[in-house]
Amino acid sequence: MARAVTTNRKLINTLIAWAIGLLIFFPILWTILTSFKTEAQAISDPPVFLFFDWTLENYSIVQERSNYMRFLWNSIIIAGGSTVLGLIVAVPAAWSMAFVPSKRTKDILLWMLSTKMLPAVGVLYPIYLIFIELGILDTRAGLVIVLMLINLPIIVWMLYTYFKEIPGEILEAARMDGASLKDEILYVLTPMAVPGIASTLLLNFILAWNEAFWTLNLTAAKAAPLTAFIASYSSPEGLFYAKLSAASTMAIAPILVLGWFSQKQLVRGLTFGAVK
Amino acid sequence: MTLSRRSASTALGLIAAMSMTSAAVSEELTIATVNNGDMIRMQGLTDDFTEKTGHTVEWVTLEENVLRQRVTTDISTKGGAFDLMTIGMYETPIWAKNGWLVPLDDLSDEYNVDDLLPAMANGLSYDGTLYAAPFYGESSMIMYRTDLMEKAGLTMPDAPTWDFIKEAAIAMTDRDNEINGICLRGKAGWGEGGAFITAMSNSFGARWFDENWKPQFDTQPWADTLNFYVDLMSKAGPPGYATNGFNENLSLFQQGKCGMWIDATVAASFVTNPNESTVADKVGFALAPDNGLGKRSNWLWAWALAIPAGTEKEAAAKEFIEWATSTSYIELVAEKEGWANVPPGARTSLYDNPDYQSVPFAKMTLDSILSADPNNPTVDPVPYVGIQFAAIPEFAGIATEVSQEFSAVYAGQQTVEEALEKAQALTTDAMEAAGY
Repeated sequence: MARAVTTNRKLINTLIAWAIGLLIFFPILWTILTSFKTEAQAISDPPVFLFFDWTLENYSIVQERSNYMRFLWNSIIIAGGSTVLGLIVAVPAAWSMAFVPSKRTKDILLWMLSTKMLPAVGVLYPIYLIFIELGILDTRAGLVIVLMLINLPIIVWMLYTYFKEIPGEILEAARMDGASLKDEILYVLTPMAVPGIASTLLLNFILAWNEAFWTLNLTAAKAAPLTAFIASYSSPEGLFYAKLSAASTMAIAPILVLGWFSQKQLVRGLTFGAVK
Repeated sequence: MTLSRRSASTALGLIAAMSMTSAAVSEELTIATVNNGDMIRMQGLTDDFTEKTGHTVEWVTLEENVLRQRVTTDISTKGGAFDLMTIGMYETPIWAKNGWLVPLDDLSDEYNVDDLLPAMANGLSYDGTLYAAPFYGESSMIMYRTDLMEKAGLTMPDAPTWDFIKEAAIAMTDRDNEINGICLRGKAGWGEGGAFITAMSNSFGARWFDENWKPQFDTQPWADTLNFYVDLMSKAGPPGYATNGFNENLSLFQQGKCGMWIDATVAASFVTNPNESTVADKVGFALAPDNGLGKRSNWLWAWALAIPAGTEKEAAAKEFIEWATSTSYIELVAEKEGWANVPPGARTSLYDNPDYQSVPFAKMTLDSILSADPNNPTVDPVPYVGIQFAAIPEFAGIATEVSQEFSAVYAGQQTVEEALEKAQALTTDAMEAAGY
């Protein structure tokens, strides 16, 4: 009897999980479906779900009109560069906060997070002027720096949380065995925190990939990533939903594939330390 | 031998000089623009420009509001990210006054600046100097279903009144068959519903400010405008019109769900395109309505090309302007894509062209543009230029808030009186804060 109840509960939980999953995924599914419709079908009322004349015309138009590979390459460099640079800065920072905390560590952590509370547009002009002065407007290097700084609080917080779960005694033992600070971080701490570091890396890569304020405002033609590619398909005068959906599908496809293949690592990392 | 060596060295010098000159004049231009059909067509024809001048072009295409924010940030900080910008009639006089734009007072004779439609040239000038060249211009007009009008037993005059429009809209409405007598913009935003209601209010005798910059939302013409609009839309408009903008109404009209639609003249090519519209062969055109007060409810707008002051590629940028807004460009588009697809509303000669005269909406587009006067937009005098906007920097922010209050009325969230009271208060506060 108890077994039957458990099975029923499992079934209900599974159904609820699937329902929530589908609900969250539905906008993406709708975007993908719309990308295969004509502009007229895309705005038809009542909307058509699956039974329409599937077409690849929108993809062909988008391919013809835009240099997708250039936008994609810029996205990879900017998201990848900012994430790696962020990790290089954040790992030592999180290590010191987790294993050598001071009286002010918690204040510093909260202060770092508080920088995320400022609306980005509030600092647009100062940052734009700095970019002009440094000559890094519309460059990938400029965006790597900005996105790294924007995501740094999250990276440090995540790594700090993971590092706190690692017993300090192991690091002490390494030190007693003569490990230097670099060895301690690189060869002892990092391997133990791989799931946490991997999920931090993936999450920040996704955040940087999707960032659409700075990437639109600090680029023009040369460093524009896929967010600018999508923005170019919205039109104030004329139907654009099907073409915009095709562009969006092309923009999210790489990150969807990455997320799909790394979901185990991502979930493992995100739940790291949640259950003791 | 000596001579030949000298000759050889002279020749080499000349070749080097020529290649240097060629390198110096061959520029790469970065142009910011919007994703409108005419702009996309221009991008596709850029090779012609490169072939003629040697200059190449990098396009930055953005959504209208993103573009506005992006180019405003760049030009106000002298960022230099763009060599050319696509801007409208609202920005041009304000930016020219700030010294942010290069004056276009030395365009070549072949360009024939006098051929630009006077309404467009005036709207894109400041202190009598042209600062942006119109790529395409538009007004607004009535697009209506000829079959439904006939079924209603009515005939659309060329220049109808609002009373006739209301009568026709109610007669054409067939809720059972999802046909709405009229579709109008109600979406919040100064360039969306705000533009429509401002242009409409001009025909009711309303104005944004009196000659002393005092807001006028507490006057009877504004109450008349809003009450008429709400009454008309509740009787003959589509459900949820408070969130409908250009594209939503375009979609409704193309699906045969609107009897009439008053909107940008550029929409005429969409609703008569049989590949997109189910009613392509049943569309008629008329001037935007009036109330017999001497002002119609049509607006005037142009997407134009301007050069930010300080660009190092000014000469090449001017060459691009001369190419993109010339009569030969219009002929190029006509040759490749047909006369119905040429950028309208910029040049007088286009409307004298017999080939273009055969396009069904050409005459009404020109009549609409000619009947719009941005320097005298209202029945009573005003201190500002602009029909559906007032060309002052504060307007975009204020009008966005005002249009949000109006949209709340359309959505049934407040009364006309409440919205006008709030509009008056917020506009007064903003204008006082700005020092008017």
